[in-house]
Amino acid sequence: MNFHAVKSIYSFEMARFFRTLSQSLISPVLSTSLYFIVFGAAIGSRIEEIDGVSYGAFIVPGLIMLSVLTQSISNASFGIYFPKFLGSIYELHTAPVSFVEIVLGYVGAAATKSALIGLVILATAEFFVDFQILHMGAMLAFLLLTCISFSLFGFIIGVWSKNFEQLQMVPLLVITPLVFLGGSFYSISMLPPFWQTVTLFNPVVYLISGFRWAFFGTADINLGLSLGMIALFMFVCLGIIGWTFKTGYKIKT
Amino acid sequence: MAPILSISNLSKQYASGFQALKSVNLDIEEGEILALLGPNGAGKTTLISIICGLVKASSGSASVGGFDVVRDYRQARSLIGLVPQEISLEPFQTVMDALRFTRGLFGKRNDPALLRRILEQLSLWDKRDAKTMELSGGMKRRVLIAKALCHEPRVLFLDEPTAGVDVELRKEMWEVVRQLKADGVTIILTTHYIDEAEAIADRVGVIRGGELLLVERKETLMQRMGKRQMRVELMQPLPAIPASLARYNLDYSAEDRSLVYSYEANGERTGIASLFADLSAAGILLRDVETKQSSLEDIFVGLVEDKS
Ligand SMILES: Nc1ncnc2c1ncn2[C@@H]1O[C@H](COP(=O)(O)OP(=O)(O)OP(=O)(O)O)[C@@H](O)[C@H]1O
Ligand SMILES: [Mg+2]
Repeated sequence: MNFHAVKSIYSFEMARFFRTLSQSLISPVLSTSLYFIVFGAAIGSRIEEIDGVSYGAFIVPGLIMLSVLTQSISNASFGIYFPKFLGSIYELHTAPVSFVEIVLGYVGAAATKSALIGLVILATAEFFVDFQILHMGAMLAFLLLTCISFSLFGFIIGVWSKNFEQLQMVPLLVITPLVFLGGSFYSISMLPPFWQTVTLFNPVVYLISGFRWAFFGTADINLGLSLGMIALFMFVCLGIIGWTFKTGYKIKT
Repeated sequence: MAPILSISNLSKQYASGFQALKSVNLDIEEGEILALLGPNGAGKTTLISIICGLVKASSGSASVGGFDVVRDYRQARSLIGLVPQEISLEPFQTVMDALRFTRGLFGKRNDPALLRRILEQLSLWDKRDAKTMELSGGMKRRVLIAKALCHEPRVLFLDEPTAGVDVELRKEMWEVVRQLKADGVTIILTTHYIDEAEAIADRVGVIRGGELLLVERKETLMQRMGKRQMRVELMQPLPAIPASLARYNLDYSAEDRSLVYSYEANGERTGIASLFADLSAAGILLRDVETKQSSLEDIFVGLVEDKS
């Protein structure tokens, strides 16, 4: 195991993040603030409490997840796509590193960035609504697991993408709808029974439900099932990455 | 001594079906400079890319320092530095950061003194804090060389290091290559410039259409394949070449009043003695005589034309 290589990749990815810190933070913070103003304050005051939680507070975990998912994917996919686009990726292929070090470096950095963004949004939310986090440890664990598994997913997109359009398509066409339909703004139990069943095929539902449990102690879905689904998603992504590097698919001619 | 780089029966067929390498065999001794010459599309970059881990071979194998480049890739790659043909650098990285990044990738801890020495050697020390996008093309190429050197490789691949580089810088790069050789680094470089191979290589390989046509010591190659030319300056102008000298195929230049005779350097009989005898028999007085070796360029052109 080449730890110097992991450190090298990780710190240079983080350096990129800090170089563009304001851009990295402004957009997620601004958009979540807008959500809080519109949904939390303006509309939320007309909506009843859900499971004993005010609507403004209810949407906090979902909004954090919304940002964290999109940030994880875009950070990780861009991180590996950019050197591919520039051609500077040749260094990774000619260095004594395996995919393990490459993934640890890039995905580690992407996950760190989105976790930081998640925490900043959480702090922003404190400005707009009153809420308490019931299970702090579980909240952090869910946050980290989500950051890691979706950074893995983003890494796959970055490796497989042939151009910038493809790079942006998946987050736009797949992730945003999944997150919006994943119970960010409502409880699954509010849906008609048929749609409740459909929703169970949306992996994001499990994330948001588990994350919300960490905040308020109530969940749409069994906690163990939520954790199991995230773990499953993570292992599937790891499997795909392992296979991609092993076969050289999309990587080597 | 075991060769530092050993290539056996290496072939490459790209996904498009194109056969870029045809069973290449090559051994390189530690400390030598090998120049790979060949026209565009000959397969030079493909060969280097397989050894460095960028491209998978279709069949055959290569090893560096006794380590197979696929099976023992970690040990093999630790010994290799690559300067790619295309310039590709992270534009926002500073020169120093770029070097530190590479050194880290190769599993080595930062060594500021070494990096400073490398940057100074390549006249880049002043530019250490400049972003790579702020550098000129020649500087960028030197940054690539610095990156390839910063993990102290024993084998260095230079894929057209002097393409698009001005004359002065080329000379500087040759100097760098010679210094590296003096430090014991084995160097494999590709080039289109025959004078480059002639100036710095110990051995020359000629590759065309994916085939390694020959690998030879530079001197041997020039001796074996080369023609020599003898220029004879005359005392008096010669109105016409006498019939008695016709069989020598002499060229006469009225301008500098000289006859040029070409002969096979490695031939049994060079014909020089009989030429002199016939010249004096014809009453032609000589003023000066000079012989010269034909250049690698002549040989190369002859070779590539020969096969096509
Ligand atoms: N990825 C690829 N897919 C298909 N064919 C390729 C690929 N890369 C190179 N080739 C072909 O293989 C042949 C050898 O290419 P290579 O880059 O090794 O040549 P070269 O000797 O380095 O040429 P140059 O002097 O122009 O750099 C060329 O005909 C090229 O078109
Ligand atoms: Mg080439």
